[in-house]
Amino acid sequence: MTAVTADPFSSSDPYKICAVCQKVTKNKERGTRVPEPFCSGPSAFIPEEEILEAWLEDPPAELLLADQLDHLTQVMGLHPHYLKAFLRCQFYLLKMDGPLPLHYRHYIAIMAAARHQCWYLVRAHMREFYRRAVCLDWLKGLQFSDQKLQKLNEINKILAHRPWLITKEHIQALVKTGESSWSLAELVHAVVLLAHFHALASFVFGSGINPETPSSISLYCTCDPTGDEEETEFHSFFSTSPENEPEALMETMKRLQEEREREEEEASEEEMFTRFEKEKKESLLVGSGDFDKEVMSFSRVSRFVEDSDFGYKDFARHGEDNPPTFRAQDYSWEDHGFSLVNRLYSDIGHLLEDRFQTACDLTYYNMASHEGVDTSMLRRALFNYVHCMYGIRYDDYDYGEVNQLLERSLKVYIKTVTCYPERTTRRMYDSYWHQFRHSEKVHVNLLLMEARMQAELLYALRAITRYMT
Amino acid sequence: MAVMEKMTRASSGGMISGRTMFCHLDAPANAISVCRDATQVVVAGRNIFKIFALEDEGFVERLNLRVGRKPSLNFSCADVMWHQMEENLLATAATNGAVVTWNLGRPCRNKQEQLFTEHKRTVNKVCFHPTEVHMLLSGSQDGYMKCFDLRKKESVSTFSGQSESVRDVQFSMKDYFTFAASFENGNVQLWDIRRPDRYERMFTAHTGPVFCCDWHPEDRGWLATGGRDKMVKVWDMTTNRAKEIFCVQTIASVARVKWRPERKWHLATCSMMVDHNIYVWDVRRPYIPFATFEEHKDVTTGIVWRHQHDPDFLLSGSKDSTLYQHMFKDASRPVDRANPEGLCFGLFGDLAFAAKESLMSGEVGRKPYAGGDRRYPIFFFKKPDVTEQFAQVSSALSVFETAPGGAPMDWFIKTARRYLLSGRPFAELCEHNAKVAKDLNRPQVSTTWTMLRIMFSDPANPSSSSNHNLSKLGNLPLMNSFSMKEMSSALTERNKENRQDNIHNLDSNLNTTEDNEETEGSEGQAEYLFGDAELDDDDLYSMEHENQAAEEAEFSLPQEAFPLRHEIVDHPSAPEPLTEKPESPHVSGSEAEATCLTPMESFSLISVSSSLLFPPHLPPAFFSPVVIAMLRYYAEQGDVQMAVSVLIVLGDRIRREIDELTQEHWYMSYIDLLQRFELWNVSNEVIKLSTCGAISCLNQASTTLHINCSNCKRPMNNRGWICDRCHQCASVCAVCHHVVKGVFVWCQGCSHGGHLTHIMDWLRNSTYCPAACGHQCEYT
Repeated sequence: MTAVTADPFSSSDPYKICAVCQKVTKNKERGTRVPEPFCSGPSAFIPEEEILEAWLEDPPAELLLADQLDHLTQVMGLHPHYLKAFLRCQFYLLKMDGPLPLHYRHYIAIMAAARHQCWYLVRAHMREFYRRAVCLDWLKGLQFSDQKLQKLNEINKILAHRPWLITKEHIQALVKTGESSWSLAELVHAVVLLAHFHALASFVFGSGINPETPSSISLYCTCDPTGDEEETEFHSFFSTSPENEPEALMETMKRLQEEREREEEEASEEEMFTRFEKEKKESLLVGSGDFDKEVMSFSRVSRFVEDSDFGYKDFARHGEDNPPTFRAQDYSWEDHGFSLVNRLYSDIGHLLEDRFQTACDLTYYNMASHEGVDTSMLRRALFNYVHCMYGIRYDDYDYGEVNQLLERSLKVYIKTVTCYPERTTRRMYDSYWHQFRHSEKVHVNLLLMEARMQAELLYALRAITRYMT
Repeated sequence: MAVMEKMTRASSGGMISGRTMFCHLDAPANAISVCRDATQVVVAGRNIFKIFALEDEGFVERLNLRVGRKPSLNFSCADVMWHQMEENLLATAATNGAVVTWNLGRPCRNKQEQLFTEHKRTVNKVCFHPTEVHMLLSGSQDGYMKCFDLRKKESVSTFSGQSESVRDVQFSMKDYFTFAASFENGNVQLWDIRRPDRYERMFTAHTGPVFCCDWHPEDRGWLATGGRDKMVKVWDMTTNRAKEIFCVQTIASVARVKWRPERKWHLATCSMMVDHNIYVWDVRRPYIPFATFEEHKDVTTGIVWRHQHDPDFLLSGSKDSTLYQHMFKDASRPVDRANPEGLCFGLFGDLAFAAKESLMSGEVGRKPYAGGDRRYPIFFFKKPDVTEQFAQVSSALSVFETAPGGAPMDWFIKTARRYLLSGRPFAELCEHNAKVAKDLNRPQVSTTWTMLRIMFSDPANPSSSSNHNLSKLGNLPLMNSFSMKEMSSALTERNKENRQDNIHNLDSNLNTTEDNEETEGSEGQAEYLFGDAELDDDDLYSMEHENQAAEEAEFSLPQEAFPLRHEIVDHPSAPEPLTEKPESPHVSGSEAEATCLTPMESFSLISVSSSLLFPPHLPPAFFSPVVIAMLRYYAEQGDVQMAVSVLIVLGDRIRREIDELTQEHWYMSYIDLLQRFELWNVSNEVIKLSTCGAISCLNQASTTLHINCSNCKRPMNNRGWICDRCHQCASVCAVCHHVVKGVFVWCQGCSHGGHLTHIMDWLRNSTYCPAACGHQCEYT
């Protein structure tokens, strides 16, 4: 057995350099106003008691089997129904019969999570990789791994940050015969794995999952990426935010619903188009522009990342040639994506579809403290807003709804969690929907995760389809 | 395209004429429809909405319905339909949820007549009533179907599919009030247009979305459905429960299905993904398409028969931006290219062979295999059907079995069961395996094991085991393949003489002097085995043609012989003569005594005499190349069992010398064989003992066993023996009423069970379940 350099599982430095603000943060020094992340417990954002409570109330029975649940499962367990679909799918992806050997799968998981510097997932799968006890020197870094996996890096980075750039040429480069070429079945497996772990990284950061080994410092910086100068604005938002936030939201939904029913004046096509464009453009403004100079070299996951400069760029930028909008009706998951993915990697289509559907249809008919609320409009707005940021447009959706339903702080959060999850902070998480329950916010994260995964898959599968025709 | 040059005329009544032709569209098409008199076709897509006239020479663009400067999503069509009564009337379904009707009779450029925006999601399908002029039906992603009266500004009734997306709606051709709707969740619903509150009937037609459905144009009860599960099903709706009467399995999800006019059994399909062809199926022959149109370069999105009473013209639009008219006579007929011959090997060496009857009949008289072989001709007769235009092919299937008693693969199973691969010292393992091989009449394999023991054993303590071996060898009357074949001694004689010259040549190579005669003998025997083996077999064949065993011998002979030759050249320690001697008439008693040297002894003898060349104790590594060559040889001969067994037993002694891939390949082949013979335990042992990562992870997959509590029938979630729902011990033995901690056997019928031994005892005396539930349990 070859020894892996250094000990990857423990970090002794008491300081954490935040990737976003690049400040060395000593735990104690930070401000008093911002709530400290929870260092112990499954999540840095959600009080441990709340999660435990939910578990005690309704233990997802199947899971009690496991002696020790990882934090991710615990947090996701707030929605046991979804968790079931999720775990079944993940188990199939990682453990069951499939085109790729088991250690490849974990390595791909590491590669995918490393793109978002998600140490939580990287570590978990390094462990799994150790257990396989083959090719251990791959853990030294990407360049030590198989040629085949190194070739995958290209689409890994594209899918992670700018999936709309993937073309059939990328697929061709991987599949063309020669040494270390990919078969289509293997490629589809890899693509699903990549999309799964990119999206899961979003969930991990979005829900502030803590590592299992307790450490005194949190991975999550308390800083605000929008910078200190905006702090005032941030707080003014706090004060202005109405106490009866859920009520207001329900009001809006009701109004929209009524408008629909009345359908007095139909918005013109142009109007619809501009609304979509507006959302797309606005998604640029939320969040905070470019972080081109991000420093990653010191991070523990950098050895699995090549070409680390390649980061998220907005789909729609002013004055640039935008890639054409992806029309959801022309390449939909139900009609096209499913058939292709299931054809090349049997049964995964059903599992993925189960996940998408469970996440989208999940509802408890309540909102904050109100019961009997139909949240479908809100759920659809969240899902479609993520797709909108990825340039996927639904002809039959009025993007004006997004604007009315999603407040700005929520949009900032969505944008951050889906596009560059590593910058998510406790403050962002706290800044929207103050009166909502944590489990509802986790539900939002689930929707974001699935929407993101589906968007990535659609782009990748479309490229594969184009390659095949 | 050459096909297009062919001028053809319509075969049916000369009503319409045309040829296979195509035209380029500016954009991908989503759907097409023809007008009633079959002279014009409308093509609709996201960026196209045009009408083409069908002329004899080609398509001529008549009208572009996309007018106006503003791009409107109302033009982005998911579906289009031309009214079959009113020739100026069209309807489209837009991706933004609008239903639009168009009147070609309008004097201005904009032909749009009505716009219904009642659906909230994409409208997937519009359908005019076949006889009622003003009735239009739409089905949408939002789960609703709406019926419009074109004289009114809004829908007259709404049908709720209970929140599942509607993929297709079709009015029945014969029943005025009935329409069928297919859904994304796999259901098909039948509705009465007068009763919007509830469907008349619902059934699950497919797993996954049902993309399309089509009523049979003549038979009122037949509905064809196509789904994402790659199937086309034909349902008989006249009975109380919808009955599936035909099922065609295609290779990709089915996007459209259309019955062929005037041909009761035919329907055309195209797929949504991957497959670009259009198939015409005879539903009674679901395995091979009746005809195929292969012109499109991207998925076909719309198909329509040009005229309701003409079966020869098919129009299709595609994502590759072309519009085609296909002539049926230009279609390719897969059945002509199909190969009606098939050949397959069974596990035990049986052979099944199917061929066209005409081919077979010529050979029936020849009786290629006689005696022990049995021939089972099986004929599949189908009543020739005049209406069926399929080429009639009947094949004869013959199954050749190996002769009873030949049991050619027995040795494999027995060897696999009896070999020891681990758990004892190396020398003992080799010895044991050698004995097993010898018991099974595989002297050469046995010898190989013995030699491996010699080569790799610690040279310090060979004596005891070799003595032990000696006695064993002496006692065992070992037969080789020759005795099996009952060869005449005359033949042996002849061969012996043939051998003489060779022997002398070989002798000169050997520097053993005192043993010369002995070695000569052994050389001779060995030489006989290899050199003349084939010749002998040929002879044998001509003599005992009907003996299946002879054929088997042909397999085993060269395989056993070859490596010996090498080993003799390297170290002339051939135990082979041992096995020959008892039968050889020329050997005197003393000679026999002398030949009963154990291999070990002969080895030491020779190594003493050849001490000039080699040190007395050769390091095991010295033999590696030979052993590797031997392993490869076995593997190539098809005896991968030997290769893998040796690999495991030798373990680290040899493992590093052979590349991983080869090892993996051997392991995989062997495991595959073992599993075919259902030798699960052996296969698992091999997997466990293997050192390849890819192999050992094989039995780490699918390791979960889900069990239900025997009391409350709920899934057991706890490890341990107590069900956490009913707080009872779940796995109690039905015989002794104690908790079973270990091997638990239970009846799949009544789910009672218990300790393996208890249950076995119980069922020996009784056929009923020990829990007195009245179930007749079976233990097999």
